[in-house]
Amino acid sequence: MTGPERVGPERVGPVEGQEPLPFPESTAGLPPVAGAPVLELRGVTVRYGSVPALDRVSLRLVPGTVTCLLGENGAGKSTVVQVVSGVRRHDEGELLVDGRAVRFRRPRQARARGIATIWQDLAVIPLMTVWRNFWLGDEPTRGIWPFRRIDLAVAREGAARALARVGLPDLNVNQPAAALQPGQRHSLAVARAMHFGAKVLVVDEPAAPLTVAQHALVLRTVVSARDAGLGVLFVTSTPGYAHLVGDRFVLLAGGRVAADLTREDVDVDGLTRLISGGEALATLTAELRRSS
Amino acid sequence: MSTAQRPVFGVPVRRAPSRGRRLLTRPSTPAFVGVLVALVVFGAQAPQLVGTGGLASLLDAAALIGIGAVAVTLLLVAGQFDVSIGVLSVASSVTAGLLVSEAGWGVWPALAASLVGALAVGVVNGLLVVLTGLPSFLVTLATFLVLQGGTLVVAQSVAGTSLVDRVEGAAGWPSAEALFGSGVALGGGRFRISILWWLAAVVLAGWLLRRTRFGNAIYALGGSRRAAREMGVPTASTTVALYLLTATAAWLLGTLALVRQGGVPVAPEFGDEIEYLVVAVIGGCLLGGGYGSAVGAAAGALLYGTVRTGIDIAGWESYSFQVVLGVLLVVALLANGVARRRLTAVPRS
Repeated sequence: MTGPERVGPERVGPVEGQEPLPFPESTAGLPPVAGAPVLELRGVTVRYGSVPALDRVSLRLVPGTVTCLLGENGAGKSTVVQVVSGVRRHDEGELLVDGRAVRFRRPRQARARGIATIWQDLAVIPLMTVWRNFWLGDEPTRGIWPFRRIDLAVAREGAARALARVGLPDLNVNQPAAALQPGQRHSLAVARAMHFGAKVLVVDEPAAPLTVAQHALVLRTVVSARDAGLGVLFVTSTPGYAHLVGDRFVLLAGGRVAADLTREDVDVDGLTRLISGGEALATLTAELRRSS
Repeated sequence: MSTAQRPVFGVPVRRAPSRGRRLLTRPSTPAFVGVLVALVVFGAQAPQLVGTGGLASLLDAAALIGIGAVAVTLLLVAGQFDVSIGVLSVASSVTAGLLVSEAGWGVWPALAASLVGALAVGVVNGLLVVLTGLPSFLVTLATFLVLQGGTLVVAQSVAGTSLVDRVEGAAGWPSAEALFGSGVALGGGRFRISILWWLAAVVLAGWLLRRTRFGNAIYALGGSRRAAREMGVPTASTTVALYLLTATAAWLLGTLALVRQGGVPVAPEFGDEIEYLVVAVIGGCLLGGGYGSAVGAAAGALLYGTVRTGIDIAGWESYSFQVVLGVLLVVALLANGVARRRLTAVPRS
C-alpha cells in the first residue's frame, strides 16, 4: 500500500474474512509514487447557462486513498461526478489524469482512461437482460458495417466471467436485471465499472436512505478499491459513513469548495456539524444578534 | 481471481425460468394467441378466410399496417412516438406523383426525390425532439399539421386537383411496378409484393433491435434515459436515426400506395398513426418504452389483418371492426400491464 499514513481510531482496515473485490492491480501500471495524484481537478468551472454549477473546484485523488466529496443537495456533487466520468464537459479549468490534461467528450473516453463510476441509480436498466446491461454503451461486436452486430457469445461469456469475479458465479445473464436482488444489482455495477481496468473509482452514493446492509455494501466496495491501490472518490451526504473510510474530506457548498480537510483536521462530530449547516447556523445566529 | 462466496444480501441465485414460462412472457405471445382465436372465430363464420383468397387479402391488410407498426414499435421501445408518419406517407406519395405528372420526371428520380424529402422531415422531427427535449407526441404533432396543410396547399396550387394521377406509363414505370405493385396469383388470391416488403421490414427491425448496438441503445433509451446517458449511449444520434427509419417506412408506405393505384388521392388525414400505435401495443409494446419486439409488431399486424378481413368476409357491419380493435387494445393494455409488473417487480432483500 502506497497511500499516506493513516490515522484515526475508527478507520476501517481491510475487511477480514472477505475476499477483496477484483480490482486488478496490474492496470494501475507501475507502482504509483506516493502522493502523486492519479486524477486532479484544477479550478474546474461548469456553467448551466450563466449560473455556475461548479466554481473553480480543485480536488486531487491519490492512489490508495479515499477522498470523500460531501455537501448538501445542489452543492454540485453530481456535477463533479459527471465531469470526471465524461458525461459533462467542464467550461474552465483543467482535468488531469496522471498529470496530463484531458477533456472527455463521452463516458467511453473516461472509461478508457481508467475512470470507473458506480452511479447513484447504478445505471442498471430493469427491463434489459443482465448481459445487455453489463455491456451498455460498449458492446463487443463483430463483422463490418453495415453488418456489424453484437458478438452474443463473447458478450454473454464476458459478462458471466466478470460477474463470477464479484461473487455471482452462477448468475443467469439472460434474465432481466429487474429479477436481481438489490445486492446483486450493486455487484453488477461494480463488475461493469471494473471490467475495463480502473485506476480511479467514483462511487456516487444514492441520496435515498439506504439500509445498513446496503451501506455496508457500498463501503466495502470503497474499501476494497482503496486496498487495491485505486484512487477513490466517495460521494456521499452521510458524514458518519464518510469518516469511517475517508482520508480526505472535500466539502462543497454552492458549487465551491468550502473546506478541504484531512483526518487530522476533523473528527466525526466536526464533519457532521460542517455538513449539516453548523456554519450557516452560526452565521445566522450572529446576524440575528447584530440586528436585535 | 477467487469466486469465493460473498454475501449478496438475499437469495444469491434464482432459478432460471423454464422454457415455457419464458415463452409466455414474450411480448408477442398474446397477439399470436389472438390470431389463432380470430382465425377460429371468423373461420367458422366464413370458411373462405382460410382459403387462398382470404389469406391473400388478410396478408395484404397485415402488410400495409405492419410496415407502419414495426416502425412505430422501434420508436415506442425507445420511449418515443411519431404522429406524422401517416401524413408523411401521403405527402411523399403526392410529391412523387406531382413530380411525375406535372414536372414530367421519370418515376425513379421522383421516388428518390420524395425519399430525400421524407428523410428531411425525419431529420427535422428527430432534431426537434432532441433539441427541445419536449414530448415527441407534441413535437411531431406540429410536423403533422405542417405536412397536412402543406400537402393540400401544394397539390391545389400546382395541380389544382385533389387527385394525383397520370403516373402510369412514365419513364421507369414497369420496373417500379414490378418492385412495388406486382403480385403473384395463387389459387383464388393475389399475393401482393407488399407482403415481402413487410417481411423485410420485420426481419430488419428484429435484427436491429436484438443484435446490434443500435438496438441496445434503443432499449436503453426507453428503459432509462438517465442510465443510458451515464453509460455513454449516444442518445441524440440514436433518436435522430430512429426518426429517419420511421420516415423511410412512411415513404415506403406512400410508394406502395402510389404505385399500386397509379395515383393517389390528396387526403392527408389523421388516423393511420393511431392504428400503427394500436397494432404496436397489441404486439406487446409498453407505452412507457423499453419493451417490445419486431415479431410482436408482426403478430399484432397479423391479428389486425385477420380481424379486418374476417369481418369483411363474414359480412359484419364494417364499423364493428373499430369495436373489435378497441376491445383488443384494452385487452392488450391490461395484458402488457401485467407483464410489466411481473418484469419490474423488484425482489425485496
